[in-house]
Amino acid sequence: MTSGLASLAVVNPALAERAGVSALQVGIVLVGGPLLLGLMGKVRARAEGRVGAPITQGLSDLRKLFRKEAVRANPTSAVSGLAPVVLVGSAAVAAAITPLVSTLPVSAGGSDVFLVVYLLLMGSIALALGGLDAGTAFGGMGSSRAMTVGAISEPALLVGILALAVQARTSNLPGIVTASLNHPGWLASPQRVLALGALVVVVIAETGRIPVDNPSTHLELTMIHEAMILEQSGPDLALSTAGEAMRLGLLLGLVANLFFPWGVADSGSGLAVAIGVFALALKAASLAVLIALIEVSTAKLRLFRVPELLAGGFVLAVVAVTTGLVTR
Amino acid sequence: MRPGAELDLVGLAGGVVLAGAVLTLWRKDLRALISLLSLQGVALATLAAVLAVHGDDVSLGVVAGVVLVTKGIVIPGLLTRVVRSDPGSRETSPLVNVPASLVAAAVLVVVAYVVSGRFSALFPDAFTRLAPLGLATILVGFFVLVTRRKAVSQIVGLLLVDNGIALVAFLLTAGFPLLVELGASLDLLLVVVVLQVLTTTIRARFGHVDLDQLRELHD
Repeated sequence: MTSGLASLAVVNPALAERAGVSALQVGIVLVGGPLLLGLMGKVRARAEGRVGAPITQGLSDLRKLFRKEAVRANPTSAVSGLAPVVLVGSAAVAAAITPLVSTLPVSAGGSDVFLVVYLLLMGSIALALGGLDAGTAFGGMGSSRAMTVGAISEPALLVGILALAVQARTSNLPGIVTASLNHPGWLASPQRVLALGALVVVVIAETGRIPVDNPSTHLELTMIHEAMILEQSGPDLALSTAGEAMRLGLLLGLVANLFFPWGVADSGSGLAVAIGVFALALKAASLAVLIALIEVSTAKLRLFRVPELLAGGFVLAVVAVTTGLVTR
Repeated sequence: MRPGAELDLVGLAGGVVLAGAVLTLWRKDLRALISLLSLQGVALATLAAVLAVHGDDVSLGVVAGVVLVTKGIVIPGLLTRVVRSDPGSRETSPLVNVPASLVAAAVLVVVAYVVSGRFSALFPDAFTRLAPLGLATILVGFFVLVTRRKAVSQIVGLLLVDNGIALVAFLLTAGFPLLVELGASLDLLLVVVVLQVLTTTIRARFGHVDLDQLRELHD
């Protein structure tokens, strides 16, 4: 990797800079996702009067799981092995092309809203197929529930970001971030306030946090995500967990940068990127704390009421787009 | 104030009114509906105040005050009294369930946007282009009126329609004349008072306020 980048730097310095930014972003999301999960766990624990696990617990768990052997049930097919890899791969590609640290990731003009959302969707579908593969009751139940939630939350994510795309007149994510950097007055515009409400609901649903799913229990009546990965073990489980954490980090970073674009680097230079990393960490951590506080203060919704919450998020996104179209 | 900020503020207030209308379909707790209504009233008053400053219009400023007092404080207060006398009051079984009504709301918002292009084209300006927000609020209000069963929810629907009309009026014509607004506000206040008395009587007679149950005449 390093030698490849070095030889690329000789041929095409600009492209090497962009590739470097992308590689850095993937690394940040890979390490930052579990750390954000740890932070959320810590905030919840403190709010409930417990000490809680250290913030780096997620990373230690991953290291432990990677050292173990993968045990798969007899009737499973290749899907069980492939699903976690596709989940992590799609999240890594999405992280590489999303403007997290700098508005100059590697794909020139190609990091479209639709591409990123569909990459995330690919990961969810891989995970759901993995859940179905072992043929157990829990896996199928979890997959079916995850798809029910995803069928409403993915369109809401897309429409919510489109509200910003209408304002910036481009569906290219770096373009949206650059445009919002150039127009600080947009921060309080109505479509952004509405879209932020919609996207907070989506992030909670997509990452399986409390009003939608409770990540810390294995209660068959309500579990969604945990039911899908119940059959997985060892490196498979590690990849699935890492993939989910990456999606959380990616979504939080994306939402933070779209709505509060301060500090995002507009070049690949060292200092700007360092500021970008720092700003991203700060913004994503604040959002994570906010979501953790929402988790502490709300009760888990009944499964049949989850579509109401998500439909609410979706309608907020539609209202945001309409407001964006009329105030344009 | 820089010119863009006024438009942003008016747009934000309009967005809050529409979002309040949509959230009315979402929440079942009647008390939450009333606080949404009060929020809408405050947003409408803010919008009128900003327009008054923008157009240097004193009577519009007075209208903003009237709107704040009636729609923001008095009417929600009266409704709260109705709800308080009936604890545990929730809109338990609307005719159309919550997800379906939210989807219907999304469709209504799009319809409002498509239809009101004609209005805005009459006098194209930054404020008139916001008129779809008001029209969408009116449509959502009618939807609440049609699909909800509790008397209080239906009053809320009526008030949503009225808020939508006020929003469209502020945006298209820079507000009603003062006299009309005063008359309309008093009228609305009277309607709410009458409905309050009516719901109290209905409950005293029948023990509930589910309007769908009132099918036959009663001595």
